[in-house]
Amino acid sequence: METFASLADGFAIALTWQNLMLALLGCFLGTIMGALPGLGPSNGVAILIPLAFTLGLGATPSLILLTSVYYGAMYGGRISSILLNIPGDEPAMMTCLDGHPMAKKGFAGEALSLSGIASFVGAFLATWGLIFLAPQLVKIALLFGPAEYFALFALAFMTLGGVSSTNQAKSAFAAALGLGLATIGVDTQTGVPRFTFGEVHLYDGLDFLVAIVGLFALSEVFIFLEHRHGGSDAEGRKLNIGRLYPPMSMVRKCTPTMLRTSFLGFIAGVLPGAGASLGSFISYSMEKRLVDKENTFGTGDPRGVAAPEAGNNAAAGGALVPMLALGVPGSGTTAVLLAVLLALNITPGPLLFTQNPDVVWGLIAALFIANFMLLAMNIPMVGLFTRVLMVPSRILMPIVAMVSFVGIYGISGSSFDLLVMIGFGVMGWVLRKLDVPLVPIILGTLLGNSMENNLRRAVTIDNGNWWTLIDSPLSIALWAIAIIGFVLPLIVGARVKAKMHQRRDEEGAISD
Amino acid sequence: MKLFGTSGAVAAAMFALSGVAASAQECIAPANPGGGWDFTCRQVGKSLQDLGLIDQTMQVVNLAGGGGGVAFAEVVNKRGEDNELIVAASAATATRLAQGAYPGNTMDQVRWLAAIGADYGVVAVAADSPVNTLPELLDQIKADPASVSVAGGSAVGGWDHLKVLIAANAYGIEDVRSVKYIAFDGGGEAVTQLLAGSVQAFTGDISEAKGFVDSGDIKVIAVLAPERLPGEFADFPTAKEQGVDAIGANWRGFYAPGGMTDEAYGDWVGKIGDLYASDEWKEVMAANGLAPLDLQGADFQNFVAESVGQIQTISKEIGIIK
Repeated sequence: METFASLADGFAIALTWQNLMLALLGCFLGTIMGALPGLGPSNGVAILIPLAFTLGLGATPSLILLTSVYYGAMYGGRISSILLNIPGDEPAMMTCLDGHPMAKKGFAGEALSLSGIASFVGAFLATWGLIFLAPQLVKIALLFGPAEYFALFALAFMTLGGVSSTNQAKSAFAAALGLGLATIGVDTQTGVPRFTFGEVHLYDGLDFLVAIVGLFALSEVFIFLEHRHGGSDAEGRKLNIGRLYPPMSMVRKCTPTMLRTSFLGFIAGVLPGAGASLGSFISYSMEKRLVDKENTFGTGDPRGVAAPEAGNNAAAGGALVPMLALGVPGSGTTAVLLAVLLALNITPGPLLFTQNPDVVWGLIAALFIANFMLLAMNIPMVGLFTRVLMVPSRILMPIVAMVSFVGIYGISGSSFDLLVMIGFGVMGWVLRKLDVPLVPIILGTLLGNSMENNLRRAVTIDNGNWWTLIDSPLSIALWAIAIIGFVLPLIVGARVKAKMHQRRDEEGAISD
Repeated sequence: MKLFGTSGAVAAAMFALSGVAASAQECIAPANPGGGWDFTCRQVGKSLQDLGLIDQTMQVVNLAGGGGGVAFAEVVNKRGEDNELIVAASAATATRLAQGAYPGNTMDQVRWLAAIGADYGVVAVAADSPVNTLPELLDQIKADPASVSVAGGSAVGGWDHLKVLIAANAYGIEDVRSVKYIAFDGGGEAVTQLLAGSVQAFTGDISEAKGFVDSGDIKVIAVLAPERLPGEFADFPTAKEQGVDAIGANWRGFYAPGGMTDEAYGDWVGKIGDLYASDEWKEVMAANGLAPLDLQGADFQNFVAESVGQIQTISKEIGIIK
């Protein structure tokens, strides 16, 4: 079994003291960041990028740290959802629906630990999926020429809106904004600088990391400055955490749910642009349709907690598949991770598994380790994590601001980048006010160049013949999926969203 | 709170970075860690110290941006008189200077020190391609330019592109613009597309192609060197022996600030010359696939000037510059 031999090699790489400590640190910080309202996995990873670079970590240790943060944040997101009815991150929104009612009934501890177990199951199964599916995707990847890559990127953008966003037009606007920002810099297909205004710092285009830290972390600070009297601590202290372990009967009842939703979440994660939010949402709605005979979903049904948590953690693992094997991120956080890989001079894609097997298998082994660490950490430390929610924002936000500035300056040593970051921060603040999702902007900035270049490569190779774009079965299939992915949510999504709003009204508004 | 600890660590690391002794010799790598320029600085710094040519560790500063333009502007505008500073450069630096891609900067604004070796260009095709020699490929391009797509890792007008144009020019293809070049993001991606069958030929450096030659996926039909390379690369035929008089060397070397004193300049040229002549450096070159390129001081200055002139001529022909 070649796969298991590779995995064993991976464990040999991951099981060093440094990497174990990094995984532990990443899991811990990730859980906290996931738990903090607003600071989701993409923000958590983005904030810690500068740390990885400043510590001078190599590729594998950096990835281990950052994916531990990623998995940790996916775990942590549920904590504030359950305790405060404030989703710690976007995908954890669905956990509010049944998690908070459970907490209100005095089952906060059970809800937290059960969702911890569900998270573990989802992530664990997804990591196995990553092992078996990623090498298959690599074989397929050699079928991808420029035309197929273009179709794939089109697919990512067309499925982006989907159900996960509140407003498809705003998603499309954000994606277009990202694509526009991506055109800044020297155009590789002609060698001509575009939108650089003679500023040499812009010749290489905008730095993804600067954009991400500005857009996510700094805008968070600006939002806080705006509502600085608001604190998330008031309600947290009053809550009774309850028992720390769920009864076995509850776990047994939820097991089929967890298995089903892990699969669904994984598939959603593998699809580029779908991501964890879609994974948790589909998991919840499918499971509700399947097992909710007594209409208890939404009133504190444990299965309603297990479903979205297993789903979104499985999606987190699934999203790593296209990121590693194709160089196409399946979620916002993997878009950030992709930027990290590029910055580390590693090109994810078909050749990653052959060129950097140590990176890939070390990473996969680290995912298993992080997963077990998170389970071990989450169940007994539920009580401790909840205390983090009581850190006043007035202390937390200055730290976020400082880490952002110091970190970005540390990467580039250029004050120009700091100005760009502030610009992105202001832009992020404005866009949040307008309720425009930020993830499509990052996707656009990150993928825009590749998408454009592949389109132009395909057309140039075929001497200006545009039909080359739908010249192979693979590209036709991709276009078909893209069009279905774009049209279907327009029809189904309207119905589903109506239900979501109805549910939200019942439970009281979910604040952002 | 772990979070406080983290930010503290970051802050401490930053202070450590800024608190560098000012008197030490410094090498600017105009790119992020891990690339060719970074390697040039670090390897030369280490070897200079190992050989006792400098007494303290050379400080390597990464100043990325603008394809080296940020570092070039910094040296010209702010560090013009610095006698302790050298900057890593390569054929890509000369290409960008020739094409005016560093706005407002020219090659005369700095002093060119010495080369430390070169990575010669190769032209390769897929292992199952019917093409076996460079003239066969160029004949195909001559007969029907639209039938051959050449992939490379640099942008249009970049060094990988220019190499194939130099070869085409030497073979007598009048309108080099007819050569269909497809720019990919790095040599690895370009080779992948050669394997996938999207393109018919690949132009790049030997170091980029080596892995795929070893795996038997591609065959090198020409190396753009004056004579056959030593060691494991000796099997590759040169373009010259196939009747195409084209040389494409991605050289690596250094420049120094324009206001550096003649004494300091001579000192640096001597040190790098000694380094180049040492056995230790020959091992480094062999380990990294670098071929010999023995040029120091005025010779190197002339070499860069000639190369800038040649690139300008070709760039005008293909319309990159006017």
